[in-house]
Amino acid sequence: MAIEGDLVQMGAYVGAGLACTGMGGAAVGVGHVVGNYLSGALRNPAAAAGQTATMFIGIAFAEALGIFSFLVALLLMFAV
Amino acid sequence: MATEEGGTQLNIHPMDQFIIKPLFGGGEVGMFTITNATLWLGLAVLAVIALMVFGTRGRAIVPSRSQSIAEVIYGFVYKMVEDIAGKDGLKYFPYIFTLFIFILVANVIGLLPKSFTTTSHIAVTATMAMAVFLAVTIIGFVKNGMSFLGIFWIKAAPLPLRPILALIEVISYFVRPVSHSIRLAGNMMAGHAVIKVFAGFAVVTLISPAAIGAIVAIYALESLVVCIQAYVFAILTCVYLKDALHPHH
Repeated sequence: MAIEGDLVQMGAYVGAGLACTGMGGAAVGVGHVVGNYLSGALRNPAAAAGQTATMFIGIAFAEALGIFSFLVALLLMFAV
Repeated sequence: MATEEGGTQLNIHPMDQFIIKPLFGGGEVGMFTITNATLWLGLAVLAVIALMVFGTRGRAIVPSRSQSIAEVIYGFVYKMVEDIAGKDGLKYFPYIFTLFIFILVANVIGLLPKSFTTTSHIAVTATMAMAVFLAVTIIGFVKNGMSFLGIFWIKAAPLPLRPILALIEVISYFVRPVSHSIRLAGNMMAGHAVIKVFAGFAVVTLISPAAIGAIVAIYALESLVVCIQAYVFAILTCVYLKDALHPHH
C-alpha cells in the first residue's frame, strides 16, 4: 500500500502531537508544587501567607518546561 | 479543528480570533498599518491612564471605588517588589508596576466578547520579555561589574560539578526571555481557543446546554488565569531583578 501526500508534513504533525505529552509532565510538576504548599500551609497556617510568592515562582519554573514542549509543537507546526 | 463537527451554520475556526487585520480598508499589514492589535493595545493604555489619573485625582481620605482599586493595585505591587527584589529593588518599582498593570488590563479587556487579546501574540509579550531581559542584564553588569558572571559559577557546589552547573546556568539564563514571553502568550491563546472550541459545540442542539455551561466555567477560570499570569510575569521580573542586584544570594 503506497502512502500518498507529504510524508515530512505528516511526521511534523505527529511530532507536534507527541510533543504535547510534555504538558502532562508540567501538569504533574505544578500539581506537586501546589499540593506540597497546601500540605505545608495546613500544618503551619501562620507561615503560609509569606510563602505564596515562592509558590508562584515554583509554579512558573515548573511550568517553563511544559512551555518548551508547546514551543516544540509550534515549531513543528509552523517553522519546520 | 474541533468546529467541523459542530459548525453547520456557524463555521468559525477557534484560532480566527487571533488574526491581525487592518482596521481601515483591506490590503497588506505593513510596519505602520493601524490594525485591531493597535486598537486594543491603545485601549489598554487608555484604560490604565483612566484608572490611575482619574482614580487618584481626588485623593480623598475615604477613597472612592476607583481610588481604592488604584491604591490596592499600587500597594500590592509595591509590597511584592519589596519582598522579592529587596529594598534596593524599589528603585525599579515604576517599571515593574507599569508592566504589571499593562498586562493585567490588556488581559482583562481581551476577555470581553468580540475583543482582540493583544497579549496572546508572542510579538507583544516577547517585546516586553526582551526588554526585561536586556534591562536586567545591563543592571547586573552596571551594579556588580564583571562579578555579575558569578551567578553562573556556583560557589556552594563541589568543584568538579561547577563547570557542568555553569553550562546549565548559562542555558537557563538565556532561555529566560523565551519562557517568560511564551508563558503569557501561550496561556492567553490556549484559554481563548478553548472557549471558542466550546462555542463551536454550542450550535449542536443536543449538547448546547452542556457546552454553554462549559463556556461559563472556562470563562470563570480564565478570569482567574489572566490575573495570575500578570502576577507571574511581574513576580518573575522581580526574581530576575533580584539576581541582578544580588548575584551572590
